[in-house]
Amino acid sequence: MRYLPLTPEDRQAMLSKIGVTSIDALFTDVPEAARLDGPVDLPAHQTELQVERALSKMAAENTPASSVPFFVGAGAYKHHVPATVDHLIQRSEFLTAYTPYQPEISQGTLQTLFEFQTQVALLTGMDVANASMYDGSTACGEAVLMAARVTKRKKAVLAGSLHPHYAATTRTTAKYMDIDIVSSAPDLSGLAGIAELIDDETACVVIQTPDVFGRLHDLTDIAEKAHQHGALVISVFTEPVSLGLVKSPGEMGADIAVGEGQGIGVGLNFGGPYVGLFACKNDRNFIRNLPGRLAGETVDADGRRGYVLTLSTREQHIRRDKATSNICTNSGLCALAFTIHMTLLGEKGLTRLARINHETACDLADRLSSIDGVELVTDSFFNEFALRLPKPAAGVLDALVEKGVLGGIAASRLYPGELEDILIVAATETNSDDDLAAFETALREVL
Amino acid sequence: MSVKFTKDHEWVKVEGDEATVGITAYAAEQLGDVVFVELPEVGASFGQGDEMAVVESVKAASEVYAPVSGEVTAVNGDLEGEPQKVNESPDGAGWFVKLKLSDKSQLDALMDEAAYKAHIS
Repeated sequence: MRYLPLTPEDRQAMLSKIGVTSIDALFTDVPEAARLDGPVDLPAHQTELQVERALSKMAAENTPASSVPFFVGAGAYKHHVPATVDHLIQRSEFLTAYTPYQPEISQGTLQTLFEFQTQVALLTGMDVANASMYDGSTACGEAVLMAARVTKRKKAVLAGSLHPHYAATTRTTAKYMDIDIVSSAPDLSGLAGIAELIDDETACVVIQTPDVFGRLHDLTDIAEKAHQHGALVISVFTEPVSLGLVKSPGEMGADIAVGEGQGIGVGLNFGGPYVGLFACKNDRNFIRNLPGRLAGETVDADGRRGYVLTLSTREQHIRRDKATSNICTNSGLCALAFTIHMTLLGEKGLTRLARINHETACDLADRLSSIDGVELVTDSFFNEFALRLPKPAAGVLDALVEKGVLGGIAASRLYPGELEDILIVAATETNSDDDLAAFETALREVL
Repeated sequence: MSVKFTKDHEWVKVEGDEATVGITAYAAEQLGDVVFVELPEVGASFGQGDEMAVVESVKAASEVYAPVSGEVTAVNGDLEGEPQKVNESPDGAGWFVKLKLSDKSQLDALMDEAAYKAHIS
């Protein structure tokens, strides 16, 4: 049976109603050359088995991250996600949950979001966290908008070592909000050139730690300088596991901490969906200007503990164009995966995981920097570092692929035309000693 | 002293060239429990109809517009800690701002109490 959504008579009736003779006449505004004249040349239909075979063949041309020694990071990190996480998030009570407006039917989801917020606040050393944002880069853009609202200022200073994708997203977000974005040049060894950009017009200073080259920064001094000028400090991270070991943004004087949560509980997923983390200090003005949803704990009419979305007047279903954020999407399911993984790890488990990451990266840095002509340029790192190579990094990476090693990200891919000899390398708990040895051997061979 | 009303539910009480502005009992009741009031800075100037303050209740957020042009001479700081005053006493202790009028003739176009009552009924 054919499915006929419209009969020719239906079509004709609609066309006559709007005064057009044919369907083609609706497309006269599209230039002739851009129009398709005839059916698309597609292969004939195939059976399910044939399609599966064809697609498997195409998929086999990929090199999956799990199939080779893998050292790619620069914003997305390959960590082990326990099977429990996938099992629990796929339970129908969670998987079917959409925006939990109705506390009557969403207690489980709301409670998890409340726990997620608690975990994010503890991790970042902040007082308040929202129920997640779309991803780390949009959280960064939202943080700049929030700082502009809080300070009533229109200038944001970005560190040059903020992940260029985060910087680009922030510029896009700020573009139509009249916020002036200034950035220092990327500095591989510190935070040169940032303090000079802070003045009494500055709403915020945005610094990533560990930065895109893997370098850790202590924000304490720059936070002091920013606060003297009435500017806020936004601390950004792309690797949440680092927070298990390093000084938290809160301890370093940051006012807002944002970052990517993918590294905990969420796989690489071809680049998404990921989960943005967003936390800030307990200040009335901050909380009123916080973007995104907030789950709160309360009691019901019988005095029993319950959870509801709170402070909703900030949000666009009430505040419309004046809302603190007009990105509808948060990442509820990824936030749930994050929460479950964090809960499984516990505080000690996270610290231990972070320590293994750091030790693996130290081991790898020692191995690779022992190669003639290879220089470790990151003097303080967590699980990612930059190497200066004697040749352009992009070509070296291609040669490494031929040897069956995915060796990282060429800095020139993130900073086109710059830093051509810089290779950014990440190591996690998923890298075995054999992986490290294979990388070292392959790099010796290709250099 | 006269009290005038806008169609957006602000009231204006004029004494000399100073006007006190708040939201009407009807508006406060429609909003429900007020939980936050965002007030302008003293010294800020507004034209008639400009957005001057924001009032938020548990269920809605609304802009409060300047009923007449003028410069802010005082704001009701009590509302920061006790926004419920807007519900308890919308035309008294729940006032929002005092404006120094720049054009008294603007008052003529606003509604008197009888006209406002007709407007909301």
